[in-house]
Amino acid sequence: MQPFTTLSGPAMPMIEDDINTDQIAPLQLSKGLTPDWGALLFKRQRMNADGSDNGHVLNKPQYKSPAILVANENFGCGSSRESAVWCLIGAGIRCVIARSIADIFRENCLLNGLLPIELSGAEMDRLQALVTEIDGAQPFSVDLPAQSVRAPNGDTFAFEISDSDKTRLLEGLDEVGLTMKHESEIVAFEDKMRATMPWTQEARDRRR
Amino acid sequence: MTDRGRTFFDKIWDQHLVGQRTDGRELVYIDRHVLHDLHAPHAFGKLAQAGRKLRRPDLTFSMQDHSVSVQPGRTDDTYADGAVFVRAMREGSAKNGVRVFDLGDPDQGISHVVAPELGLVLPGATHAVPDSHACTVGGLGALAFGCGTTELEHILATQVITLFRPKRMRVNLLGSLGADVAGKDVALAVIAKLGVAGGRGFAIEFAGSVARALPIEGRLTLCNLTIEMGSRSGFIAPDDATFNWIKGRPFAPDSAQWDQALAHWRTLFTDADALFDKEIDVDCSDLAPQITWGTEPSQVIGIDGRVPDPSKLEVDKRGPAERAIAYMGLEPGAAIEGLPVGRVFIGSCTNSRLPDLEIAASIVKGRKVAPGVTAWAVPGSSQVKRDAEARGLDRIFKEAGFLWGESGCSMCAGTNGDMGQAGERVLSTTNRNFENRQGRGVRTHLVGPALAAAAAVTGCITDVRKL
Repeated sequence: MQPFTTLSGPAMPMIEDDINTDQIAPLQLSKGLTPDWGALLFKRQRMNADGSDNGHVLNKPQYKSPAILVANENFGCGSSRESAVWCLIGAGIRCVIARSIADIFRENCLLNGLLPIELSGAEMDRLQALVTEIDGAQPFSVDLPAQSVRAPNGDTFAFEISDSDKTRLLEGLDEVGLTMKHESEIVAFEDKMRATMPWTQEARDRRR
Repeated sequence: MTDRGRTFFDKIWDQHLVGQRTDGRELVYIDRHVLHDLHAPHAFGKLAQAGRKLRRPDLTFSMQDHSVSVQPGRTDDTYADGAVFVRAMREGSAKNGVRVFDLGDPDQGISHVVAPELGLVLPGATHAVPDSHACTVGGLGALAFGCGTTELEHILATQVITLFRPKRMRVNLLGSLGADVAGKDVALAVIAKLGVAGGRGFAIEFAGSVARALPIEGRLTLCNLTIEMGSRSGFIAPDDATFNWIKGRPFAPDSAQWDQALAHWRTLFTDADALFDKEIDVDCSDLAPQITWGTEPSQVIGIDGRVPDPSKLEVDKRGPAERAIAYMGLEPGAAIEGLPVGRVFIGSCTNSRLPDLEIAASIVKGRKVAPGVTAWAVPGSSQVKRDAEARGLDRIFKEAGFLWGESGCSMCAGTNGDMGQAGERVLSTTNRNFENRQGRGVRTHLVGPALAAAAAVTGCITDVRKL
């Protein structure tokens, strides 16, 4: 995955609760295994039935290549589809800032180098107001090592992230490699289970 | 360590704990991994690209469910855009030595229906599926995790998932259920109370008299909707009903192993003095059959209820309610009963098991699908389909004017092309009523099979208790 350190670009406001992954990645509109993910982003809700522009924020010229998406509560709820993250990244978005972010979606973000930031209370009120007011005219920047978001007027917003998630994003770690350092423990676990709970280690079709 | 009792969840988690990574994440062993055609092909591709081997093909199974047509006589190409997924699934599974439950296989069906039915998933087991409804199998007392594609690839390569331990919540379902009220209604009532994000960060144990009294299929339905509460994992500790249900299933342990397994499973319950991070009670005694009125699964009322008036809701709920009412074509304050329906869908991992179809058929029997209504009944697995046909349910549905489908996800996610029409009001036994999920502009109301069947024959939203 692509590591994440800093980012600068337009911050796009979608100040709504419960934006779900069906909205983010409407898979029914895609064809094949590797569609143009960026073009699929919010595709259903950003156009009218006849395909014409419906005035969705993503259609504004300043958000042709947004860097940051700012939402409200429970962003990324619903389906576990990782394509929701691929769509965001495909459109250029490498950071989502919300009051809360759904569990599976957040995990998918971390595994793809998209920085999920949770901000709350008056801080978030202020950031949302700034993002809405500036409306893509000037860039916001995100600094992961410093754990801070900076608005064009110089205001900064500190955010929390666990050390492990931070390292994961900064170094773009090979997750499987990291886990396989524990291969001997996995093998030992399997041996123990074979001896103590053998039914868990064999999935045999008894009709065959 | 204190000597305080542990929750059911912690017992399973601890028993599957392989180790802890330097980044603090715990490695949780996955006993059974079940894949589906919509997301697995990408993971097979990534695995090949990285030159990695699938670690435990013997514990991994592939289902063809999301992209397949459910039309009678279907082939790979009946839904042309799905064929590429179906074939990639078949090829990726073959290349990696994974058994695939393919089109035409007597055990083909929806992952979350087939895994319990075959005994692939067992009480006390950990289970992963690249699908948020993995939580369904919590109904058997398994601990399941829905995951993304990269996590899926990680599990294929390592047989473990890396997680931080979630918090624990217990939902006590109190009282007893009235007539025509079942697992789906209980689940919707809990979502209404908890909200779509209330379960975020928690693993949820459903307990109480109602959870105990639910048949296993009803427990699967209830746990299926855990993700709609925002939680990745929901479950009901197993009991004799569970053990009786699982015994003799094709992949369940037998003879000496059965006794050994049973003795272990009987230790899997929450100790009386265990603590939860959050606990809520939901009294289900006066519960009417439930129906969603809005565009998220927490926007729920009883069938005898009225569409809310947004101006009377809490401030932060007004905007979403107004938008939902507009999208759904409703009148604030109006009764939900009597609204005309264009389409009825009975199926999906939520409500497509034999008892669901039996309930629906008992209502449909001797009646006709109302003029102008399109009605489908789609069994959750090929086995459910055969069982239903052996009981004559297919004839009841077909004679009434239903389509009797082959097994698959169909209209639930619409990724096999099955969708409603713009503006159409659909009563659906599925799990998500999001805007546009079942087709652009489609107005989805989530219900249990009883309300769905009632609407099919009357042509409007109907309190099944009056039929």
